[in-house]
Amino acid sequence: MIKKILIANRGEIASRIVRTCRKMGIASVAVYSEADKDAPYVSKADEAFLLGGSRVNESYLNATKIFEIAKLANCDAVHPGYGFLSEDANFARKCAKEDLIFIGPHPDVIEKMGNKVAARKLMELTGLPVVPGLSRPLIDSKEAAWEAGKIGYPVMLKAAAGGGGIGMQVANDEVELLKIYEGNQKRALMFFGNGEMFIEKLIENPRHIEIQVLADTFGHSVYLWERECSIQRRHQKVFEEAPSPFLDNETREAMGDAAVKAIETIGYYNAGTLEFLVDVDKNFYFLEMNTRLQVEHPVTEEITGLDLVEQQIRIASGEQLAFKQEEIHRDGHSIEVRIYAEDPVTFFPSPGEITELKVPQEDYIRHELAVHNRSVVSHFYDPMIAKLIVKGSSRLQAIQRLVEALDLYKVEGIKTNLPLLRQIAAHEKYQQGETTTDFIETYIKKNGTTT
Amino acid sequence: MSEIIASMAGSVWKIVVSEGESVSSGQEVIILESMKMEIPLEAVTSGSIKKIHISEGDFVNEGDVLAIIE
Repeated sequence: MIKKILIANRGEIASRIVRTCRKMGIASVAVYSEADKDAPYVSKADEAFLLGGSRVNESYLNATKIFEIAKLANCDAVHPGYGFLSEDANFARKCAKEDLIFIGPHPDVIEKMGNKVAARKLMELTGLPVVPGLSRPLIDSKEAAWEAGKIGYPVMLKAAAGGGGIGMQVANDEVELLKIYEGNQKRALMFFGNGEMFIEKLIENPRHIEIQVLADTFGHSVYLWERECSIQRRHQKVFEEAPSPFLDNETREAMGDAAVKAIETIGYYNAGTLEFLVDVDKNFYFLEMNTRLQVEHPVTEEITGLDLVEQQIRIASGEQLAFKQEEIHRDGHSIEVRIYAEDPVTFFPSPGEITELKVPQEDYIRHELAVHNRSVVSHFYDPMIAKLIVKGSSRLQAIQRLVEALDLYKVEGIKTNLPLLRQIAAHEKYQQGETTTDFIETYIKKNGTTT
Repeated sequence: MSEIIASMAGSVWKIVVSEGESVSSGQEVIILESMKMEIPLEAVTSGSIKKIHISEGDFVNEGDVLAIIE
């Protein structure tokens, strides 16, 4: 078993990983930037080391410095969390060279899944359904228009290296496609250093539903049901829940079986998530695979009773999965909301100093906090300051508990999206399970009022 | 005359134009970066860039005047 883990991350996920390390009797080492020196996770870990300046290149992306600290502190493994170096195949490869266990899948698989068009092609070959479209990069905008004509409008133009919605845009006709092509390609090149573009048919009113998988290095794989993460702003998730209010058991099992077959075909191990779009007729289409722990993993933990970080550590330590598919339970309903330091209407970031933080305490409420009651929320990092997770025996009960918890949740000093979260949670369409990806645009008016 | 005003606190990621350059209404002039989000600021009127008050990498607050168009 792994003895000492360096956590190459920050914020709530670093605290979360420390918690599981402590439970398992594993020593934890935190690393932090200058901006994070007073962050809660730094004091929670057994040891903590300064990485460098506040910019991510000087700190959380500085692999050389991370390896130096891992050596100095005698760590035998690295947990990358999510974001930062978690999906950097070269970082995973370097870990092996430095005699460190990378808690995640094989670097080659990370690399393949990192390019959306390559991942699409690979998954298509394993038999997973993909959105009708192109499984290779486009040559230019003319070819895009030619292919889009065959697929049928509206189409979604996407960057192969894209993420966070960058380089992605809907085109309703040829004129629009030609108009947006170069701008998106330029953005993709600027942000990801890769201007490869491809197109897919636009799925109307889709749900975003993902399957959590676990696989050990002995060829055993299971799925831990689904999470529905349809409610998004700027293509980033805001509400996540398990189980999905939309899926029936037949679709759920079909998606799980297809996901397991796909990861077995590509030789995947450790935790991973296959993201799907599900249309109104419950057809599902592979979108992308995240080769790491996800932000929203707690809702899966709440309904299965499993600790996903513990499972990741056990798999990375060379243990076999201790359970089979038919032994995985599903109990109750769990919802997670992401609390962002941002304007609830424009979604513009709102860094600053927190002057008061009060969170409700109940045995059915779980908090993952990146901040304390006097934290300075830096503009250098992601705006997510906390996650609020509730559990209920039914979806209705979970929603009622969420509404109450949000009412009692208090963050002062900075703007947060709490007003938006409260509006969504209390909205009858949310309660009815009308959780399509355009929920916020459709039901929440621009001025912040509810429709 | 019109001003380019920071719509959020963050750092100046890219200055797309230079002083004296003519710009048209709606053109991206400055891109701000904060919390992993990039916000382009557009010219609200056509004209020429009279003055740029900031450099790439500077930290700005919401409401700061970053450039002037004449």
